Amino acid sequence: MLWKCFKMAINSVISNKMRSLLTMLGIIIGITAVISLVSLMSGLTSEVTDAFEEVGIEAISVAVTDRADTIELPVEHVDELAQKYPDIIQGYSPSVTMPAYIKDGTESVMSSATGVNEQYIDLYGYKIEYGRGITYIDVERMQKVCVIGTYIAKEFFDGDALGKTLQITGTPYKVVGIIEERSDSEKDSDDDCIYVPYTVAAHTVHSSKISRYIVYATNQETVEAAETLIEQLCDKDIGDDDYYTVIAMKAIAESLTSILDSMGAVLIAIAAISLVVAGIGIMNIMLVSVTERTREIGIRKSLGAKQRDILSQFIMEAGMLSCIGGVIGIAFGSLLAVGAGKLLDMNVLPTPASIIVSFTVSAAIGVFFGFMPAKKAAELNPIDALRYD
Amino acid sequence: MTPLVELKDVYKIYKMGDTSVHALDGISLTIEKGEFVAIVGQSGSGKSTCMNIIGCLDVATKGTYKLNGRRIGNYSQDELAEIRNKMLGFIFQQYNLIPKLTVLENVQLPLLYAGMRESEQRARALASLERVGLKAKAGNYPSQLSGGQQQRVSIARALAGEPSVILADEPTGALDSRTGREVMMFLQKLNREGNTIILVTHDNSIAARAKRIVRITDGRIVYDGPVEGDVTVMQMHGAGEEAPEDEKAKGAT
Ligand SMILES: Nc1ncnc2c1ncn2[C@@H]1O[C@H](COP(=O)(O)OP(=O)(O)O)[C@@H](O)[C@H]1O
Ligand SMILES: [Mg+2]
Repeated sequence: MLWKCFKMAINSVISNKMRSLLTMLGIIIGITAVISLVSLMSGLTSEVTDAFEEVGIEAISVAVTDRADTIELPVEHVDELAQKYPDIIQGYSPSVTMPAYIKDGTESVMSSATGVNEQYIDLYGYKIEYGRGITYIDVERMQKVCVIGTYIAKEFFDGDALGKTLQITGTPYKVVGIIEERSDSEKDSDDDCIYVPYTVAAHTVHSSKISRYIVYATNQETVEAAETLIEQLCDKDIGDDDYYTVIAMKAIAESLTSILDSMGAVLIAIAAISLVVAGIGIMNIMLVSVTERTREIGIRKSLGAKQRDILSQFIMEAGMLSCIGGVIGIAFGSLLAVGAGKLLDMNVLPTPASIIVSFTVSAAIGVFFGFMPAKKAAELNPIDALRYD
Repeated sequence: MTPLVELKDVYKIYKMGDTSVHALDGISLTIEKGEFVAIVGQSGSGKSTCMNIIGCLDVATKGTYKLNGRRIGNYSQDELAEIRNKMLGFIFQQYNLIPKLTVLENVQLPLLYAGMRESEQRARALASLERVGLKAKAGNYPSQLSGGQQQRVSIARALAGEPSVILADEPTGALDSRTGREVMMFLQKLNREGNTIILVTHDNSIAARAKRIVRITDGRIVYDGPVEGDVTVMQMHGAGEEAPEDEKAKGAT
């Protein structure tokens, strides 16, 4: 019975090709819009979250203005705080950026090195492939050592860097460790990095104070608590909050994704309106179809068709129209999304969830908007219907 | 033995504003299994209304109707549909075949709604088409058939479900007289094979081929008995004429 119903619906859709296509157009456009927008938005969102995950979503950056001499957030205080709240603060590191000219043969290449403590490499999520990281001793004794990324190792030492000497702005640093490749060993990637003890870096840039820290919360849930602790410390040490900024990566990531989410929601709402319009189009055509086929309905009823037989026939037909429209829309939308992804150099793919939801929604639209006309057909009086022409 | 069809003092009243039309005005009628009854009357006399009530397409305003001993009263649309499906076979003036379905699919329809398996539907529908001599046309569409052939398909459809009663409302009305006579001969054959047939017609020469005449005028039965007793029919038949044109004209006014 169901199969027969299905076949009848297909026949009806096929026998009115032009009309079916025009009726489906609304659904096709709506679903195309939904699929491509959802895919694009989720591609964008994952791009953003990926970017933040590289730094670490638990990271909190603390910056102190270095204008006045009296303003200082000493390393000891940050260290104390970290020791006192091990459940909230996973670790911290000063972050001192040091301009670096690196000799490559006769040429000098402009790069930069970062002064960090012994915790940083772990916190950032780097793994040491050869040698070791920066140690406490290195920091304490201001040893001129460095840990480098695979790009530096490849570019300046042909990969064989461990134990060699790297000339940074005329000062020799011993390469004590090489970090495992994290990106693609290209320039400006995560693998293009040089780390030195922060004490050395601070000395090199003639600064006695540390003006930037990066603090890691133990996990995503403790980010807010850690932020509060740091702000309290800054408040105590510095006072005026014009002179320091505490920014949690999580907060930035969240506000960005929430902007993207609400942008997506607005776009999808607009697409949804087009789907409602499409549904009304289907309802309209189904009403016409019911009127045109009044006699057929009368014949079927006289032969013993029950209300539900007629109801399911017309609902099936409406559902068929919108499902076919939905499938075409999903195909177009996916193509559009992939094309746009290529254009924007982003990894955009329609998610299985969005495909399933779109298909379900289009089926639901057909059934919902097909119901009224189908009910009208099912309730026709057989004699009136038979007499109709 | 319970009669197949039993109408007792049946009224059908159409209310139109403040006037009311008594389409059936106290009809009592009993039809036994195996009969071949022609309900005759002028146009507008109430034949189709009577037929619709017997065919469970409509219900009486007043009075009782029993089909095979079962009282057709407060049934829902769906229950009536089921009764039609199981017990009744319809043949209409306009054939009423569905144009976009093949001949076979049309004949399968009552079996489909009876919930029969597809393979059995096919087998029965083909057997039914064979009875009317149109098995070869099973895959054709109704529009590819002549009027007489289409009416035979509709007869095959009426027979497919092996109904207790076959109801034919002006089955020859759209056919030329020769094809009309063929259809009538086929109905007579079906009756000889044991089928109960109720035929509605305004055409006396057609009615004369039945075994029993029920003549209706203005919603009332004015004659009910064998063909030989009906004066009008005997006159017409005796004179060997077709339905007189003036009677149609009278009915239209
Ligand atoms: N649905 C209806 N509404 C109002 N009047 C009707 C309706 N159906 C039939 N009638 C009236 O009932 C009478 C009998 O109609 P009908 O049974 O169709 O006659 P016949 O089939 O003998 O030509 C006619 O006067 C007709 O106008
Ligand atoms: Mg009539």
